[in-house]
Amino acid sequence: MKKTTLLLFFAGLSFGLHAQKIFSTTTGQIRFNASSPLEQVIGINNQVDSKMVDKTGQVVFSALIKSFKFDNQLMEDHFNENYLESSKFPKAEFRGFIINIGTVNFAKDGKYPANFSGTLTIHNVSQKVSTAGEITIANGAPSVNGAFKVKLADYGITGSYIGGKIASEAEVTVNCKYQ
Amino acid sequence: METYQHKTSAKLFWCIALISIVYLFPHNAFAQTPDLFKMQDEQDKKDAKEKTDITTSIFKSTRLINGQTIENTGRGILDLRISHRFGFVNTGSYNFFGLDQATMRLGLDYGITDRLEVGIGRSTYNKEFDGFFKYRILRQSTGKVNMPISISIAASGVWRSLKDTVTAFPINYSDHFSFSSQLIFARKFNDYFSLQLVPTMVHYNIVPTKAVKNDLYSMGVGFRQRLSKRVNLTGEYYYQITQLGGYTNSASVGFDIETGGHVFQLFFTNSTGINESSFITQTQGLWGNGGIRFGFNISRVFSVVKPKNLAKTNY
Repeated sequence: MKKTTLLLFFAGLSFGLHAQKIFSTTTGQIRFNASSPLEQVIGINNQVDSKMVDKTGQVVFSALIKSFKFDNQLMEDHFNENYLESSKFPKAEFRGFIINIGTVNFAKDGKYPANFSGTLTIHNVSQKVSTAGEITIANGAPSVNGAFKVKLADYGITGSYIGGKIASEAEVTVNCKYQ
Repeated sequence: METYQHKTSAKLFWCIALISIVYLFPHNAFAQTPDLFKMQDEQDKKDAKEKTDITTSIFKSTRLINGQTIENTGRGILDLRISHRFGFVNTGSYNFFGLDQATMRLGLDYGITDRLEVGIGRSTYNKEFDGFFKYRILRQSTGKVNMPISISIAASGVWRSLKDTVTAFPINYSDHFSFSSQLIFARKFNDYFSLQLVPTMVHYNIVPTKAVKNDLYSMGVGFRQRLSKRVNLTGEYYYQITQLGGYTNSASVGFDIETGGHVFQLFFTNSTGINESSFITQTQGLWGNGGIRFGFNISRVFSVVKPKNLAKTNY
C-alpha cells in the first residue's frame, strides 16, 4: 500500500512539473535605435539570453552591452564607453510578465497579442515599463516580439549629443525565437 | 481484528488524502514554480565569474601621435588617414610660425580580422612609401581570463624614393629600404588612464658611417589621460638607445578630440617624418628652442564588410 501511495504521489508530482514549460534561447535579437535625422545610430545584439514560462507568463531578457554591434566601430566604442559604460554595467535586463498569457494557446499555431509588464534595467537604473507585443506560435515553438521606447535620460545616460545627433528617446525592439 | 481493521482504514485515509492533495491542489503549489528572476540572478553571478570581458578603447585611435598604439581598426573597416605637420614654430612670424609649410602622410589602413591590421602610406618626407602590419597577440581582459596587459606586434617597411645625392660609393636599390619591428605592451589602468611601452628595432639597409650599426634600438612610451568624455590628453616619447647620429629623440604632446564619426588629433611634435623609421630615428627638432611643429591627424572610417551579425539580421 505504501509503495503504491508513493508511486501515485510521484506520478502526480512529475505531472505537476511538466505542466509548466520554460522556453529559452541564447540567440535572441535586440535592436537599439537612437537615430536622429542627422545620424543613424543603430546597434544590434544577436546574443540575447531569454527565458519564458508558458503558464505564468514570466519572462526575462538579458543582453550584454558589448554584444551590440554598430556599423561604425567608433560609434560602438562611444556606446560602450561614454553612454552605457559597459565596463561598469555590463548587462541590460528586462524582468517581467506577459500579463495576458492566459489567452495564448501554446498548442495552436497563430499570432497572439502579448502585453508585457515589468522592470527594465539599463545602465544600472531600473524603471517600470509596460508595452504591447506579440507571441507567435509556429510548429509548437513560440517567439515573442516587442518594442520599448527608452528615454535615455531616465536611465542616467547623458551626453551633449543626446537630443542632437542622438535621439533622446531610443527604440528598443526585441525579437526572440524560443526552442 | 478490530484494531487491524482500524489500522487499514487509517492507511487508506492517508493514502487518499495524499493523492487528493497532489491532484486537487493547483499543480504549481507542489511542483515548485520556476522563478526566472531567481534563475537570472544566478546566471548573472555565473556570467560575472565565467565570462571574459575584453578591455576596449585602451587608446582612442590606431595612432597615438606619430607612432602606433595597441588599437587596431576593426574587421572589415577601411581607415583613410591624413597626417599633417606644419613647419617649425621657431621659423618665426615670417613663416607664420610654421603654418606656411607642411609635410604630410596619406595612408590607408584596413582590418583583415579583429586582430590583424595592414596599411600603406606615402609621406612627403624623403618621398617615402611605407607598408605595415599590426597583430594583436594578447588582449587585456577581466572575468574568467584575467589578462593584465595587451600585447601587439607591429612591423613596417619603408622605401625612400627621394633621388640620391651623388656619392663616392654606389647606392643599390635595396639601400633605399628601412624596416621597423615593434612590440607594443599596453594597459588601461582605468577609464581615465592608459599607458603603453613600445620597444622598437629599426633596421637600415644603409647607414651613413661604419660606426653606426644597421640595427638601431629604442624604447617608446605613450599615455592617454582622459580629460572629459570627448577630450583626451596624449603624449609620446621614443628614447633612442642606439642612434643614427645627429638626431634627437621624438617627443610629442597633444589632444585626442572625439567627434561623432571620427577622432581628431591635435598636437605638437618635434618630428618631421611620420612613419616609424623616420620619426623614431630621424627627428631633428629640439623642444628647447621651439623646434616643434603643430600637426593634426584626421581619420575617416568606412565599413567595407559589415559585421557578421549585422548582415544576417532580420531587420
